[in-house]
Order: sequence, then structure tokens, then C-alpha cells
Amino acid sequence: MAENTAAEEVDLDLEEAPEDEIVVLARKWKKKRGSLIMALHELQGRLGFVPRDQAMKLGREMGVPLATIYEVLTFYNYFKLESPGKYIVSVCTGTACHIKGSPKLLQGLEGELGIKAGESTADGEYHLQGVRCLGCCGLAPLASVNGKVYGKQDVDDAHGLLGQVAVDQPTVSAAAEPVDAE
Amino acid sequence: MTDMIHATINGVAVEVAPGATILEAARQVHVKIPTLCKHPDLEATAACGICIVKVKNTGKMLRSCCTPIEAGMDILTETPEIVEVRRGVLELTLSRHPNECLTCLRNQNCELQSLAADFGMTGFALPNVVPDLPLDCSTQSIVLDPRKCILCGRCITVCQQHQNVWALSFLNRGFKTRIAAAGDIPLADSPCVRCGQCSAHCPTGAIVEYDETVPTWKKLQDPEVHCVVQIAPAVRVAIGEAFGFPLGSNLTGKVYAALRRMGFKAVFDTNFGADLTIIEEANEFKHRLLEGTGALPLITSCCPGWVDFMEKFHGDMIDHFSSCKSPHEMVGVLSKTYYAEKMGIDPAKIFVVSVMPCTAKKSEIIRSKEMSSSGYQDVDVSLTTREFARMIKQSGIDFVSIPEEQPDHMLGAYTGAGTIFGATGGVMEAALRTAHFYVTGEDAPRVDFEMTRGLKGVKEGKLTVAGKEIRVAVAHGLANVEEVIEKVRAAKEAGEEPPYHFIEVMACAGGCVGGGGQPYGATNELRTKRAAGLYQEDQSGLWRCSHHNPYIKELYAGYLGEIGGHKAHELLHTSYQVLPEYKR
Repeated sequence: MAENTAAEEVDLDLEEAPEDEIVVLARKWKKKRGSLIMALHELQGRLGFVPRDQAMKLGREMGVPLATIYEVLTFYNYFKLESPGKYIVSVCTGTACHIKGSPKLLQGLEGELGIKAGESTADGEYHLQGVRCLGCCGLAPLASVNGKVYGKQDVDDAHGLLGQVAVDQPTVSAAAEPVDAE
Repeated sequence: MTDMIHATINGVAVEVAPGATILEAARQVHVKIPTLCKHPDLEATAACGICIVKVKNTGKMLRSCCTPIEAGMDILTETPEIVEVRRGVLELTLSRHPNECLTCLRNQNCELQSLAADFGMTGFALPNVVPDLPLDCSTQSIVLDPRKCILCGRCITVCQQHQNVWALSFLNRGFKTRIAAAGDIPLADSPCVRCGQCSAHCPTGAIVEYDETVPTWKKLQDPEVHCVVQIAPAVRVAIGEAFGFPLGSNLTGKVYAALRRMGFKAVFDTNFGADLTIIEEANEFKHRLLEGTGALPLITSCCPGWVDFMEKFHGDMIDHFSSCKSPHEMVGVLSKTYYAEKMGIDPAKIFVVSVMPCTAKKSEIIRSKEMSSSGYQDVDVSLTTREFARMIKQSGIDFVSIPEEQPDHMLGAYTGAGTIFGATGGVMEAALRTAHFYVTGEDAPRVDFEMTRGLKGVKEGKLTVAGKEIRVAVAHGLANVEEVIEKVRAAKEAGEEPPYHFIEVMACAGGCVGGGGQPYGATNELRTKRAAGLYQEDQSGLWRCSHHNPYIKELYAGYLGEIGGHKAHELLHTSYQVLPEYKR
């Protein structure tokens, strides 16, 4: 660990121009064995998914063939190869939320957005998913959108929820919320 | 000898060296354990489970391909219980394999089919659920049919570990697992160099050569077309395997005869092209060595898999590459120029077929505009040894008994130096024979350069020619190239004297005798036998140095002019470019 840090600092000192994020990320993980998955986690954390050009760049910087990167990316459900949408709408399907009618809320959102859970809208604006317990059962039934929790929802008013989201988060860039994480 | 391991297999005592697997130990005492994912040439992937055996002492069932035998183990391989487990493995495998044997290129030559026969399968116990996956013909050299894949992982092992290409890997997991190129792009857009080792190691029809027997037959049957053919060195010592000949039999004369009966108007030999390559390449080497006309080390370029690999992964080595075309391209261009002119045939009507141990040759024939320097595509179709074997079987020729014939000497006479091109180190040895003559003006007292022979991954050697030390290296199997190239690069960066003057690289282990288009089942034992067939011909031949070939002399005197001259350059040389590893 200490060695790696020292090496990074020396390398960084030599570079004056602002560096590509991928280069920095690759340098951080390159020297640690078995770190590809961590680098990919970080990449997806920033972008919401792992685009091919970024995977290619990461591979080049880390010296890992694309074949290997995609072996990992496709092995784990967690990783997304395509943009999941700007608004990632996660409806909690944990026990408490379920009892409080979250399936109905999910159904309502499916109707509002015209997609099934696990899908994204054609315009790439919304990705809808059911997720396991989000750990705030006191607020059941709840949904979270791009990490912001919307508690004590009216399960019959999916439209209202989406309206509230539009007010709270008028501009969103690529989301950082993990998708389908379990 | 005290470390030897003693155990029992089916009650028979066995003694093996430590580290030997149960499978290896069983073979030693003539016990046959069925295998499917395990190829004797590759490390075990332990993917299928059909080689399961039972250890009586512990009651454990183990995969014999990957389990080292331990002292005192009492192993059973054929109880009803074991057979039932194996049958289950086979039934599961067959349940997701398309039942298309009759129309598969691997029909009667498929490890899964043989296993089903060995197990006496008379029906399917499970419903057939074949994944709906598309065929990938994008390389026009190798065809991927992932539906037929049994997920053994052999192609991946050889592509990644032995060839260091990393074109293939598994995607997804569980029931959805499949083979794919570089994260699901067409193989042609991946780093694939078309070496075809994946196809040579595949147990089923999931990866096969891009079959061009049908278009070849069409041309042969067209009275307007003048078909000529050439065979590569390594084909002659492997084709016999498809007809039950002893391994390594050299069947050159029979091949010529079969090709004439198929309808080829002229039968040439790529060995002639190999001699010609040596004339040009040794000349190139002499000039680089004595006059500094180009970068040293000089690196051979007759292997298209290696050329592709270099262009994708070692673009900084382009200056070191010999500009000589490969032997079959030389014969190709001369068929449509020299031969056409001499015989008074319109080159537009000439169709050149080359029979090669190689799938990469199929891509080489269209790799750059220099492959059409006759004004037409110089080689029209490149067939693999496997396709050629099928054509013989389709043609009604009794290959076993057909009497031997001679080639058409104009582009078919050759020396032993041309023959040994088919084995790793052969190009280097042939080049040294002629380079010695070019540098000193006389033949080497001994033309056998043993340091270049054998199956060691990287072979290095030194010799003194005219008081000058010449250092050479020979690498085969692309994963072995790295250490050689790295040394060259390091010396270059440090501004030091290059570690070598001359390097030979062949993409496939063993060189062309182990090529990706050769008959199945190559192991080092088989590669050695095929190579021995070539060295034997070299030893017994009249001419052993390329510059002794009288037909080559005639070619220069009557057509090409000077060695390395203008016309030779126009027809026999090529150039290279840096290629992207991934096209998407």
C-alpha cells in the first residue's frame, strides 16, 4: 500500500497537464492484483454504467484485455453496459414496504412510464427497478430516485411521485446510484 | 526414485512421478478414462466433469484430469455409479448441443460425437434447449458457431495463454454462458490474428475453418478457368493423418497426383516459394548486416498470424520486419505473371489455390494491395489441410493407393531448405544456409544448424560468419514472442547493440506443422513427428540450399533480373502498417 502511494505521487508530480479521470483511476488500481473489479465499480459509480470506450481506455491503461474486462462485466449482474437512464427510480420491495403496498406503487410507476421494472424508457430519461430493503422501513412505503429517498408515499399516486422528483431534481446528469444492487 | 508415487487404479499397481494426474497415471496402465474438455496439448480447465473417478479410500469422486494422484490412492474408474455420473454429464452437454451432426464440418471427426457413440447413447434423456446465437463468419478465416459450443474453454486457454491474443473469452454466467470475441464484437473487429489454434483445439464444430471447398470445386469445374495449385511444406506431412497413414508420413507425390486428378492444370509447390523467400530475405539480411541498409535484428514475415500480431501489438517493430512476402504469395504472384507469360495464358483466367496448414492465410491473401501485385488477386483461395482432406474424400480418389507424381517444376521444384520452412526454426536454418553463401561467397561446411530445431519455446544461438558473430533467436507460439521482442526493445531504448541479428517467429507452436488448419489432435509428440518428416526429406534431398535451386536461377535469369532488384521488389515484397487492437 505504502509503496503504491509513493509511486503514484512520483508519477503525479511528473504530470502537469490535468489528467483524464480514467488514467488516474487506472493508475490507482493498476498495481494491485485482482483490482479490476474495484476499478470497474468506481467507474460505474461515476457514470452509472460502463461504456465501451471507457472500458477500452481502462483496459489500455491497466494492461487488461477487453476480453477479460467483459468477462467480469457480464458475470456480475451489478454491472451495466448501457446507460440506465437519468432518473434511476428504485422502489423498495422489502417486507415493510411490501406490506404497505409498494407493489402497487411499482405497478403505478410502470403504467406512468410505460415500461416494466428493470427497463429504461426509450428516451433514456427513466430507469425503473424494484430493490431490496433500503434500510429506512420507518418511512415505508418508499422509493429512492438517484439516491434521494421519497418516504411514506401514496401508493396510488405514482404520478405525484414523478412530479415531486421533477421539482426536486430538475437537472440531473448521469446518475451515481447503483442499479439492481443486492 | 524414492519420490515416485505408488497407487492403484482398478486394482492395477501404478508408479508415477509426483505431480502426475490420475488421468495420466491411468493411461500409463492402459486404463482409458473418457475426456471431453481436456485436450492433451492444454492445461486442464476441468470444465466438463466427464473424467470423474472414485477414490475408494475416501469415497470421493474427483476429476481425474486435474487431480494429482497421491500415494496409496486406490482408484476406481469404471463402476456402474461412475458410469452413471458420466452419462449424466454427457446428457446435460447434449441437451444444449444442436443435433446437426450430419451437416456439421466435424461429422465423424468430433469428440462429442465419438463420446456419444462410446457411451452407446440411443436417445436423449433431456429436452434439447439450444441457445439461439448467431454465426460469426466475419474473419472469413475462422467461423464461430457458439450454439455448438460445449463451454470446455480450450479455445480460450489457447487464445489467451498460448497465443497471448486475448480475442476470446466467456461472457455471462450460468446457463447464459457463451464464448464471444472481446466483449461481444465480431471476431474480425477483435484482436484475433486468425491463427486458428482455437479451431484446431475445439472438440466440436463450434469453431471451424471458413470452408471454401465449394467455390474451389466450382472453379475446377469451369472450363473457362485455368486452376493452378500449390501446397505448403507442412501439409505433406499431416494430410496422411486423415487417411490412416503413420504419423509424419511425407506424402508429397501422392498430393501432387491427387491435385492433378481434381483438375488442377498445374501443380506447384510452396516450397519453391520458400526457396525464393530465402533468396530475397538472405539478400536483405546481408545488406542490413554488412551495409546497414535497414534495422537489425531482421524479423521474418512469412507467418501471417505473426504479421497480424506484430501490426496490432508491436507496431514499433515494423522497421525490423523483412519486406519479403510469404512463400505462397510469391508463388501466387508468379503464377499470374511469370507462369502466365511463359505459357501464354491470360492471367485473368488463372485461379490460384493454395493448400495451407493455416487459417490465417485466408486473410493474408487480401491483407493489402500488394497481395494483388500481378494486377489480379495473386492467390484466389487458400484452403486448409482439413479442407483439402475433405476434398480428396469428395473426389473419388483412392488417396491411399494413388501412385506418386512430380510437380510442375517451373514453380514446383524445391530444395530441402524450402521443405523445412514447415517446422519452427526452419526458416532461420534455411536463411542461414544462404546468408552464409551471400556473405562469404561459399557454402557453409555444414548446412545443419541444429540450434534452430526442436520445440523449446524460444531458441537462441550464435554462429560466426566471415569473422562476424551472428546472434539468432527463434520463437513459436505467440506467447513466447514477448520475451524476445522485449529484449530487442530494451536494447533499442538503452542505445545498446541489438541482442540478435535475426529473429524467426511462427504464430503456432511447432511452426506450420502445428498450424491452425492442420488435422486435429496436435500435441508436441505429433508436432515432432510431422517435423521429422520434413527434416528427413531435407536430409535425403539432392539440393539443401535455396540458392542451389536451378529453377530459381532460371527465374532470375529469364524473368526477375537481379536479386532484390526492381522487378523482384515490385512482385515479391510488401509493407506493413500499425493496426488497432480493437476496431470497435
